[in-house]
Amino acid sequence: MTPRFTETELPSNRVAYWCALRHVPGLILSWVLFATYIGIGAMAHDLNFSLGWAVASTLIIWASPAQVVLLSTLGAGASPLQAAIAVSLSGVRLLPMVVSVLPVMRQRDTRLRELVLPAHFTAVTFWVESQRILPSLPRARRIAFANGLGTGLCLGASLATGIGYLLAVHLPALLASGVLFLAPITFLLTISRNSQRFTEWLAIVLGLVFAPLAARLNTGVDLLIGGVAAGTIAYAVQRVRRGV
Amino acid sequence: MSFVGDWNAFLLLIVVGFLPNEVWRLLGFFVGGGIDESSEALVWVRYVATAILAGVIAQLLIVPPGALATVPALVRYGAVAVGLAVFFATRRSTLAGVLSAEVALIIGKLALG
Repeated sequence: MTPRFTETELPSNRVAYWCALRHVPGLILSWVLFATYIGIGAMAHDLNFSLGWAVASTLIIWASPAQVVLLSTLGAGASPLQAAIAVSLSGVRLLPMVVSVLPVMRQRDTRLRELVLPAHFTAVTFWVESQRILPSLPRARRIAFANGLGTGLCLGASLATGIGYLLAVHLPALLASGVLFLAPITFLLTISRNSQRFTEWLAIVLGLVFAPLAARLNTGVDLLIGGVAAGTIAYAVQRVRRGV
Repeated sequence: MSFVGDWNAFLLLIVVGFLPNEVWRLLGFFVGGGIDESSEALVWVRYVATAILAGVIAQLLIVPPGALATVPALVRYGAVAVGLAVFFATRRSTLAGVLSAEVALIIGKLALG
């Protein structure tokens, strides 16, 4: 059910911002996101990054796939160039999200710099919730509400990163392994949830199968080889099925 | 444990992590409506990005970092299977899938680890 906020309930930007902050803990999506970030914090610890590095990565990168790609490539001793390319490929999906979400909050007299923060906050959870809730808000309050939403999600995720890191430090191996398991399982289920078409499933399955095969090549860019091959096959099948 | 650690790692974070990711947000911000979301290049990139992420997941499960490596492989894959089964049985509830996979992992490790 989509909650509705009217002009009288959101009399100022400040109220809209706080309303959005309070809105965050009530979303199931937020809890899945926090679980992912607990896993990322634990991963950062086990791959010998510092606590400050882990929390900073959440604040400035603010895209869990990019962070996991960065951690696992650097942690496995891959070259910085491969890590950068893999991170960048995982980030392309942000472009269409930014392009589609900013017009929802823009007004005729909106200054470009007011949209810098919402653009940085754009990531899948923010995007899904913004598309759902912003259209029901008075247009003048949308940027403030979006900033509140982004602040709540990003601070919650940063806190979760720190918690995950400290859990990995202090928990016995049994529970620490459960915390580390959060990252792969939340990702697998999230990409499965976003996949509707046969060819999207094909990209996932081929990606899963090709990665360990490509890892045997030991080229330093194994992740890219496996991913580009799997993704291109799925894309080609999609074109053939469309008949183009 | 040092909170900050190695400053070179922070440089890597900016150059290898932040910039290659943020460039897409900036591009979306500046060129906005000028991009055709259904263009073939973007469709291809979306497939490749999904496959790369799947590859990262596979590697995390096959050669897991740290404490997860102490869980037998069979238990790791079994827990993923349980999570997927519950996910589909609950009409794609991510939360239910994650929780059941976690329970399966812990029970499996207690029983077999």
